[in-house]
Amino acid sequence: MMVLVTYDVATSTRAGVRRLRRVAKCCLNRGQRVQYSVFECEVDPSEWVELKDRLEKIIDPKVDSLRYYFLGANWQRRVEHVGAKAAVDLNGPLIV
Amino acid sequence: MKRLLNTLFVQTQGAYLRKEGDAVVVRIEKKTALRVPLHQLDGVVTFGQVSASPFLQGACARAGVRFSMLDRRGRFLAAVQGFSPGNVLLRREQYRRADSEEASLLIARPIVAAKIANTRTVLLRAARDHPSADPTPDAGRPTDPAATAQRMADDARLAMTATSLDRLRGVEGESGASYFRAFDGLIRAGGDAFRFEKRSRRPPLNRTNALLSFLYTLLAHDCRSACEAAGLDAAVGFLHRDRPGRPSLALDLMESLRPVLADRLTLSLINRGQVKAGSFEPHASGAVFLTEAGRRTALTAYQERKRDELMHPFIGEKIELGLVPHVQARLLARHLRGDHDAYPDFLWR
Repeated sequence: MMVLVTYDVATSTRAGVRRLRRVAKCCLNRGQRVQYSVFECEVDPSEWVELKDRLEKIIDPKVDSLRYYFLGANWQRRVEHVGAKAAVDLNGPLIV
Repeated sequence: MKRLLNTLFVQTQGAYLRKEGDAVVVRIEKKTALRVPLHQLDGVVTFGQVSASPFLQGACARAGVRFSMLDRRGRFLAAVQGFSPGNVLLRREQYRRADSEEASLLIARPIVAAKIANTRTVLLRAARDHPSADPTPDAGRPTDPAATAQRMADDARLAMTATSLDRLRGVEGESGASYFRAFDGLIRAGGDAFRFEKRSRRPPLNRTNALLSFLYTLLAHDCRSACEAAGLDAAVGFLHRDRPGRPSLALDLMESLRPVLADRLTLSLINRGQVKAGSFEPHASGAVFLTEAGRRTALTAYQERKRDELMHPFIGEKIELGLVPHVQARLLARHLRGDHDAYPDFLWR
């Protein structure tokens, strides 16, 4: 299934900057960065539980927020891209 | 059901692969060209001068992502592989059966029969899609697809009743030879550039052979991963004899899939004009290989072909073609464990 993970991490403190970096890294391990704080993660349910748990351990719920959008297995029909920086289709042929 | 995972092909010379977190990053000229999380991959295949960090190779081994290195022309050189997964009891049973002619025959027979049946389907489909204007230009001749297909039905029956492995290999060889004799007649574009003549390998001596060989290498990579993923030893086969460095079981598994995933694809690539005479380069030795652009076309077509869905005749589920090797490896494992009396090979309808 495809989950869209977006976040807002307060970076007014050094600890906040550190949390931001950790959240981004965590998302990069499981998905693709489509915009600055927006990640598309294609995961199976068990991988999702793991990722979600990891993310929620990093953030400070008093100042930061995470939002998940569940796009299901047929997500291709639900996503449209306009403009620069098109995402790579990780299910298509990967040839470089 | 297993998810069909993707394979990453890297053919840009001088590219460097490294691990960043749990993702593979492809660097080309010190810039990140692509980044793919490991969990979405089941294989990485590199061509020629592509290097990879030891950390990435280790991570692939750990995550069960098969990492194969091929030379620039697509010949297999080496692979990185972690601990053999699965059950040692299953592998022991595999060795015991491989040692017994009788048990091997039980598995090899359906493999050869399915291969013959599937090559026959290639001929019949081509004959149906392109009924020739002159209905009997070469009827009765050894190259006539329809007549060959008819004879092959008998070959498949012969394979099912063969009493020894040698006889079975004989049936397979003869049937394969007559299939490839008819293959030339299925090529309808490109004129002389794609004249097939006969199957030649190591090295392929013309364009059509070069394309076939290349697609067979890709298929072998996939079948090998499928064997390993099912906990079987890819080196110990039933139809193919053991030889150092040869993935005999992967080759066994591959037999029935060659027509479906490689031969048919070769025909459509040529007949639709997706590969042209210029997609190949001759070598001084007389060998012919794909160019980098030609390889890209073939790889893309192969990956897309694997996404096509079909009904698997034995498990009765709609699956992607790319999953068929995995299903077959698992069915074979089930037969070895004693859950099925016979091994049902894949029949393409």
